Amino acid sequence: MEPEMKWEDETLTVYLRGELDHHNTCRLREAIDGAMRRLLPRCVVLDLSQTAFCDSAALGLILGRVREARRLGASLTLENVPPAVRRILDLAGGAEFFQNGTGGKRT
Amino acid sequence: MKKRQKNRLTATFLSRSENEALSRVLVAGFLMDLRVSVETLSDVKTAVSEAVTNAIVHGYRQEEGQVRLDLLLFEDGCLRVTVTDRGCGISDVARAREPFFTTDAEHERTGMGFPIMESFMDRVRIHSRVGHGTRVRMEKQLLP
Repeated sequence: MEPEMKWEDETLTVYLRGELDHHNTCRLREAIDGAMRRLLPRCVVLDLSQTAFCDSAALGLILGRVREARRLGASLTLENVPPAVRRILDLAGGAEFFQNGTGGKRT
Repeated sequence: MKKRQKNRLTATFLSRSENEALSRVLVAGFLMDLRVSVETLSDVKTAVSEAVTNAIVHGYRQEEGQVRLDLLLFEDGCLRVTVTDRGCGISDVARAREPFFTTDAEHERTGMGFPIMESFMDRVRIHSRVGHGTRVRMEKQLLP
């Protein structure tokens, strides 16, 4: 599964569509990290409006991209977070994580 | 008193990651006629996905093996899910249940699999023997 991405005003937006499980996140991780390293964006946005399913693998994907964005000097924001994703982020203390200077826009 | 069974399904599949999605489709299909809320169905699918992923990723690592999924629905609306593998087993189950504990941080594992199962289901029991495999049994009351 290759994610759709948009590159505009130094912002890389990644649309995480479909089912974010362990099987799908492996490919997504490579694609997102590849784009971030190539483009060196100022901001990275993960748009979750079309995310149909997520489990702890999605959590690993999101937290891993936060770390990678930081390493590259970019900020990372989550947009259009569905309730199911929010619940898993909250369980891992992720909500708090996103309020500490990484954007953390939650809709 | 023994609870009356309403329906049951047993499936065995190979420990391939594409079967994580299959396990979710199976449980959703099994509960199709039951009027459970979208949230409840999402909780059950997530818990099943975690248990099956654990069997594939941690139980069998890169080896090919069989994962067994047992779904049992009781007349009172309680669902019992059992996920069994014959993989490497867990040496310290109590530790494995701790949030953020993982034996494989390198692949961005979060150590949140068991905490998610425990949070999304009513009861989770883990039986594991090193070298023999792991059985995860989870129950949730789906209907009031």
